[in-house]
Amino acid sequence: MAQAQGTLNRKMIVDWLGIVPFMLFAVLFLILPTLYLVTGAFFNPAGELTLQNFRDLAQPQIAAAYWISIKISFASALGGLLIGFFLAWAITMGGLPGWIRSFVLTFSGVASNFAGVPLAFAFLATLGRTGLLTWLLAEFFGFNIYGHGFNLLSFFGLTLVYMYFQIPLMVLIITPALDGLKKEWNEAASILGATTTQYWTMVVLPILWPSLMGTFLLLFANSFGAIATAYALAGPAINIVPIQLYAQIRGDVLHNPNLGYAVALGMVVITGISNFLYIWLRMRAERWQK
Amino acid sequence: MNGKKILAWFAVAIGSLYFLLPLVATFEFSMRMRRGEYSFDAYRSVFADIQFRETFSYSILMALLTILVGMLLIVPTAYWVRLRLPQIRPIVEFITLLPLVIPAIVIVFGYLRLYNSSSFLPLTGSDRGTDILLVFAFMTLSLPYMYRSVDTSMRAIDVRTLTEAAESLGASWTTIMFRCIFPNVISGVLSGAFIAFAIVIGEFTMPSLLNRPAFGPYLQLIGANRAYEPPALAMIAFAMTWASMGLINLASRLQKVSRARV
Amino acid sequence: MAFLELSNIQKIYGTTQVVKDFNLGIEKGEFVSFLGPSGCGKTTTLRMVAGFETPSDGDITIAGIRQNDLKTNQRNIGMVFQAYALFPNMTAAENVAFGLKVKKKPKAEIDKTVAEMLALVGLQQFGDRYPFQLSGGQQQRVALARALAIKPQVLLLDEPLSALDAKIRVSLREEIREIQRKLGITTIFVTHDQEEALSISDRIVVMHQGRADQIGTPFEIYNRPKTKFVATFVGTLSIIEAKVEDPSANTVTIGGRTITIPESLGNSRQGDTISLALRPEALSLHNSEKREFSLTGKVASVSFLGSVIRTKLIVDGQPLSFDMFNDPNIKPPVVGETVEASFSGSDLLIVRD
Repeated sequence: MAQAQGTLNRKMIVDWLGIVPFMLFAVLFLILPTLYLVTGAFFNPAGELTLQNFRDLAQPQIAAAYWISIKISFASALGGLLIGFFLAWAITMGGLPGWIRSFVLTFSGVASNFAGVPLAFAFLATLGRTGLLTWLLAEFFGFNIYGHGFNLLSFFGLTLVYMYFQIPLMVLIITPALDGLKKEWNEAASILGATTTQYWTMVVLPILWPSLMGTFLLLFANSFGAIATAYALAGPAINIVPIQLYAQIRGDVLHNPNLGYAVALGMVVITGISNFLYIWLRMRAERWQK
Repeated sequence: MNGKKILAWFAVAIGSLYFLLPLVATFEFSMRMRRGEYSFDAYRSVFADIQFRETFSYSILMALLTILVGMLLIVPTAYWVRLRLPQIRPIVEFITLLPLVIPAIVIVFGYLRLYNSSSFLPLTGSDRGTDILLVFAFMTLSLPYMYRSVDTSMRAIDVRTLTEAAESLGASWTTIMFRCIFPNVISGVLSGAFIAFAIVIGEFTMPSLLNRPAFGPYLQLIGANRAYEPPALAMIAFAMTWASMGLINLASRLQKVSRARV
Repeated sequence: MAFLELSNIQKIYGTTQVVKDFNLGIEKGEFVSFLGPSGCGKTTTLRMVAGFETPSDGDITIAGIRQNDLKTNQRNIGMVFQAYALFPNMTAAENVAFGLKVKKKPKAEIDKTVAEMLALVGLQQFGDRYPFQLSGGQQQRVALARALAIKPQVLLLDEPLSALDAKIRVSLREEIREIQRKLGITTIFVTHDQEEALSISDRIVVMHQGRADQIGTPFEIYNRPKTKFVATFVGTLSIIEAKVEDPSANTVTIGGRTITIPESLGNSRQGDTISLALRPEALSLHNSEKREFSLTGKVASVSFLGSVIRTKLIVDGQPLSFDMFNDPNIKPPVVGETVEASFSGSDLLIVRD
């Protein structure tokens, strides 16, 4: 008995030993840094425990940054949701030739990774002051967008740019969900007397709702944390949270490192809640798929 | 049913317009360098730029290191979890999802505070040290994709049963690893590797804040100072991402050969 | 005209014709099975009645009304699918109520009908469960209740039992038949399992390569198969080659023995080979009933099937199966033994292609 227990313990020790490298990596390079910031938000520069940093988040510049970040994230997530769903529907249930589906999916894979600096360049070349579309609209339609107050660096412009990777992400995530809609459900609904509209409102949308909602939240979080594109378009001039944080890290513009931690914590809370809700909703959706 | 098809074509048409127009515009803009005619001058300028070559090679090196160290950590871990510690799987999966939740900028902020010259691991004190930190940063960033890719291919081949079968036939540990497991997960490894490659090459925030001469910050700099080179670079970046995607597709096609009825 | 009439139905996909010259009249309240192997066209024909496929030619009529141009949701037909197809976001009760909700019936009426239907299939207590909380058999019963709730004129079942365990299959098929009888609803049941079809149908349509090889009662199909396919697909059959001896006397020889067969051999000549078939239950080891003919053979295998023992003999180089009831007091044959098996001439079937 003692012998058997001895080997059992040794096996268990080896088992847990095997996971140590990964855990060490996770702790050192993921968990510890985040925790450091998160706890730092609860202290002031003098080292005392305080909640002042969170009150300071209400400062006009920071609050404005959060607000505009939330607006852009919400708008680009919504746009990504609606247009991405429309496109995903078209390639899965639209009765189109097979090659269109593969092309759209491959392109979506590329486009969802095309964020960052190159994307900014691409949109400057399209809708910048000397951009191709700007010129086309002025030449052939007499419509000078800049004359009408268009600005790529505004809420509208940035949302438009962000949709370039939000829409493909939506397509990639929702296409498997649409594929999962069994053909028999459509047939069963139809033979029970339902029209196409009734099938969609009574069966499809309720089934897809958790996936749709969840993906919306994922897109929201995705946009909230994005910085490179915005920075490439406007440098530190544009006031969104990641850029605020960037400036703070670079040069302590807030003159209070702990406030910077609070800004970071705010980001993590927002993206954390979104992602948590996304996972919860996805689990609910998968429960039905048994 | 005809109405449905028209609507579907309309969706694809609008999508194509929105997605292809910027690419066309970028290409067109990049050709405008020489006054009055289209030319590849911008591209020539880019390739002739020493900084382009230096930062691009730096990023490629970083990408390869990330993939190498990353896979050396991930493949055995994924295997180990599947085989010996299935109960820890939820925790490991949660950890691999964390980089998607915590924005990159927050992570690198943490690094700067935690590993500066006065910490227990003063990595930012030297260039080499910062490079090492950057590799770990990139690994963290690509962790979700690399892990998921490898884990999925391990799941598809049911590593546990395969190992038990090999053991019952008398195979040694190394034989199992290299002759049974590795060949079957190589497509997952490759998929993850290509995604990591695309991510690392394009990443801006991390190398910028850590002050390393990577491709991302170089792009940023060019964007601020030049007019025609940025769109040329954007086209090059797009072509590279497209190539990575193509290679990923190729790698997953290799996987379909071994896909079981899982 | 019959209640449900399929006239001269043809279905062509590209260059392949999957349903050929299909004619069938089903009376009101009748239970008809479409029986056949995969790819024989039985499901395609069913789906044409439902409206999911359109016949390339021919008419489908229900109660005198031509259905071809009616859309699926206009035909008032109930259908049960092999994969249950219950809506996963709705409870059992909500699933059953679906067809009524679509027609915008008043809530009181819906609730009453749902309760009735669930009681009919024995699932009164399960109304609040979701499909993922129900077993396969339970899901299929909900599907049946859902199809019947709209009081359809015809009920279609597309291999409804194929995805279920063997024991459930047997009990559920009897339940389905009971309910069908109670409601008097005209039903088409598609299956590849001949035991299913034989046990519950009023009539069976045996289909083969797009054609209806034979239409008849289970008794007719089993005992008087019209084609070689029907004879071999339905039930077990041993086929032996015999040589014609005297066409005028209808005699043939097998393994040296002369046998008179009940059918006319008028068109054959001496020395021709014809195929004869015998059901396993037609043979007997111990000639207690004094059957006229017997064949000698060597026992090749003995299988214990529970209530029946199936023995395979080699007669004149050809395999012949026969069954005997398991009697604990009688020793079964031994492999290698030479035995004599007897049968009546009237049990012989001539098999034509």
